[in-house]
Amino acid sequence: MSATSPASLTIHELRTRLASRAVSPQEVVDDLLARMERLNPRLNVYAAIDPDRLRQQAKAASPIRGRLAGVPITVKDNICIDGELTTCASKILAGFRAPYDATVIHRLRREGAILIPRANMDEFAFGSSTENSTYGPTRNPWDLDCVPGGSSGGSAAAVAADVAIAALGSDTGGSIRQPAAFCGIVGLKPTYGRVSRYGLVAFASSLDQIGPLTKDVTDCAWLLSVIAGQDPNDSTSAPVDVPDYVAGLQQPVKGIRIGLPELSVEGIDPEVHRAIQDAITVFQRLGCSTVPVTLPNIGSAVATYYIIATAEASSNLARYDGVRYGRRVSGDNGQGTLLDMYERTRDQGFGAEAQRRILLGTYVLSHGYYDAYYLKGMKVRTLIKRDFDDALARCDVVLLPTAPSPAFRLGEKIDDPLQMYLSDVFTISANLAGVPALSVPCGFSSQGRPIGLQLLAAPFREEVLLRVGYAYEQATEWHRQQPE
Amino acid sequence: MTSVMSYEPVIGLEVHLQLKTTTKLFCGCSTKFGAPPNGQTCPVCLGLPGVLPVLNARAFDWGIRVALAFNCQLASVMKFDRKQYFYPDLPKNYQISQYDQPLAQHGHLEVVVEGQTTRTRIRRIHLEEDAGKLLHDASQHESFVDFNRAGVPLLEIVTEPDLRSAETAYQYLIELKSIIEYLDVSTCNMEEGSLRCDTNISLRSQGTETLGVKVEVKNLNSFRAVKLALEHEQHRQATALARGERIAQETRLWDARALRTESMRSKEEAADYRYFPEPDLVPFMITPEQVEQVRGQLPELPAQRRARFQQQYQLCAYDANVLTQSRALAHLFEEAVRAGTPAKPVANWLMGEFLAYVKDKSLEPAAVKLDPVWLKDLVELVQRGRLSGPMAKTVFTQMLDRGVPPQQVVGERGLEQISDPAHLERLADEVLQANQKSIEDYRRGKTSALLHLMGQAMRLSKGTANPQQLSALLKRKLEQGQVNAPQ
Repeated sequence: MSATSPASLTIHELRTRLASRAVSPQEVVDDLLARMERLNPRLNVYAAIDPDRLRQQAKAASPIRGRLAGVPITVKDNICIDGELTTCASKILAGFRAPYDATVIHRLRREGAILIPRANMDEFAFGSSTENSTYGPTRNPWDLDCVPGGSSGGSAAAVAADVAIAALGSDTGGSIRQPAAFCGIVGLKPTYGRVSRYGLVAFASSLDQIGPLTKDVTDCAWLLSVIAGQDPNDSTSAPVDVPDYVAGLQQPVKGIRIGLPELSVEGIDPEVHRAIQDAITVFQRLGCSTVPVTLPNIGSAVATYYIIATAEASSNLARYDGVRYGRRVSGDNGQGTLLDMYERTRDQGFGAEAQRRILLGTYVLSHGYYDAYYLKGMKVRTLIKRDFDDALARCDVVLLPTAPSPAFRLGEKIDDPLQMYLSDVFTISANLAGVPALSVPCGFSSQGRPIGLQLLAAPFREEVLLRVGYAYEQATEWHRQQPE
Repeated sequence: MTSVMSYEPVIGLEVHLQLKTTTKLFCGCSTKFGAPPNGQTCPVCLGLPGVLPVLNARAFDWGIRVALAFNCQLASVMKFDRKQYFYPDLPKNYQISQYDQPLAQHGHLEVVVEGQTTRTRIRRIHLEEDAGKLLHDASQHESFVDFNRAGVPLLEIVTEPDLRSAETAYQYLIELKSIIEYLDVSTCNMEEGSLRCDTNISLRSQGTETLGVKVEVKNLNSFRAVKLALEHEQHRQATALARGERIAQETRLWDARALRTESMRSKEEAADYRYFPEPDLVPFMITPEQVEQVRGQLPELPAQRRARFQQQYQLCAYDANVLTQSRALAHLFEEAVRAGTPAKPVANWLMGEFLAYVKDKSLEPAAVKLDPVWLKDLVELVQRGRLSGPMAKTVFTQMLDRGVPPQQVVGERGLEQISDPAHLERLADEVLQANQKSIEDYRRGKTSALLHLMGQAMRLSKGTANPQQLSALLKRKLEQGQVNAPQ
């Protein structure tokens, strides 16, 4: 594919060409469809492709009206689009068509975006590899034997493989940033409350955020500007003004203080460690200063996360019972009891990881265990929040690896949930603390797999993250590399 | 063996009140009763994937209003929790409710029972969402769910186990309903389910403090049912205890036909609702200013009005109590008095004929169209002698049935009393002429003949003749022998 292929363009590049009529929305969609046809059988980034619906949207699209006019954006299979299937890659939601638009979808439509349903994911966002999907695993465009990360693996792989211009994903413990890092693209988990969750099928309500996965930082700022802002339908969305994130990118980064937490090198892949060290010298060259910071409780983050996230998930997933929508397994020719129907539906509808998390969450909320697990988890969460408050009082951004290793191989961790959970060790604390976190590409492993660095800032300071990320991107070439 | 009489009942009440907000607690759907099944639903109250609740500010305000009327302490933070259990009428399989930090606690309510004022402590008042309704189709072996009710705001008002008789429980409920009606936040209609009441009762030996085994009683569809069920349960438990039996901790259902309770389920394994804080609703502060603002808007409550009525209108405690039970009734009374009618006859009309009418038609006082001025007019018609007592009652009923002023009823039906002497004279003569035998009887000393003649005359006048005048006239004519020949 030549560099001028519309599918390979960023949002900002594409907007310029659409506005000058150098390219039409139809041409963009046709180019994407051609690539999908070629690549999706190998990558499996989309749960389904409906060329006619895409062409209809392209035909109806204005090339000028709106900040995303004529820009095709793919949407993770857990964000509701009116009239489209929304299944969270789960059998239990087979056939479920959302009767309403998520707030982010409404905002994309308002800005003229063309929507590409539906990017593959781990079932109900439970996973870090996009292997827990009823549609089968998604593969990493840089190495087909590797996972794209997860749970927004479909979204990340679609952007990396140029079968979408940009994507929306959701991040509960790293589900945007880790696949962005694995696929060599940019991913942002906004501050909790920055983007409306209305229409995002809930995994863990106090941790979930929708965010952009994009080819560069400018696109990330661009997409965030569209989706951010308070929503009357989401009581947890914050009444904080939305700045022009794109305009803020050009602000200087000289004098920015970068916090470097003391991390035990143990468990971090040496190549990841080296890439981060190299990135630090880049930041220093850009005039940033570095400050050592401590995050004393970060070691408890994974344990805390798996208590709070599973507790909320067990509650949020209780509604999938076969009574009103989705899959129902009544068995016995409808002669069984209500309890039979619940048990069969949930046993056959949920995959192994979903069942594991529902059981864990039910357990930690049970009478007699609540104080020992959930309550204690909430207390540790407060400590982790304070760690970030303290650290971010001494610096502007905290720098961490996004993931402890580059992409791992398919099947490598699927039978070892603990190992899988540990791949979120650096991303989870941002969700627990509610702070924004950005992953940008910062190198490749010797095997050619992308590595990402992560920047975290104080709540609602996305503009600082994006500014620092943009300066780094301008100083490096990592984001320009594309998979074969 | 202990005698049945030596046990004291310990009773607690739990009332669920549907607030009559126009929209549901967490979405914009209508709460109107009686819509076609699932006609008032949306993704939020159906619990579809991805939806989020948004608190109805009015329901919250009304919750504060009720809490203040029950003399409660408001929480400083408004926080919701999820109560989790699987049931097909519960769309999310959890109910958004309040657990460890209810909206209000530590309140009390005073009621007068047999002249004694008793105070019932209110343990807690909290806000939660209602569930849907299951409809079973016996012929098809299928069940259906109507989610119109799902998400309707409920206020749960729980007492401490302070009530010591079925009658006190009954009076508590009457006072509760009266307060809620004054606050104008619920229709309190038990048939439509906008007021639901569960109760629990245990017995203990008189003079002891230890609580006995508690039995919950449900399926109570009227205040009377609550009273009967408690009386029954008190007797049942006392009899069992007197026999040396143990009371099982259980939930029992009231059978309104058989007039007895029946065991529904035992409470041995308590349900684990796995409560945890609702992460979709951010806890927020309830500020003292907010509370004071609501307090400033509270209307005069029944107890205050009762005291005022006694003082201002010189009513006895009983009359003041009856007149203030319903806000509509109290309003009618005050407006009629304000229009210039003496208080006592207005009170008599309202407490007698009006309440009988309302009871007969199974109506709420507020549902009757009655202009207070009509009441004043009616009282005046009687006082001026233009209507007899029995006629006034007929006019009153007509007035309420048709919603028209008394003058109109009187005019249309020719009910006005005849006091014109010439008219009455003609009537008396006619009757005397036709009843020669009665005249002779009377003159022989049989005074009951006069009653016979009166009856004839009243019948002839279709009841419109002024009875005092007519009787005097007849008597005079009989005694003076002034019986004119018919004309």
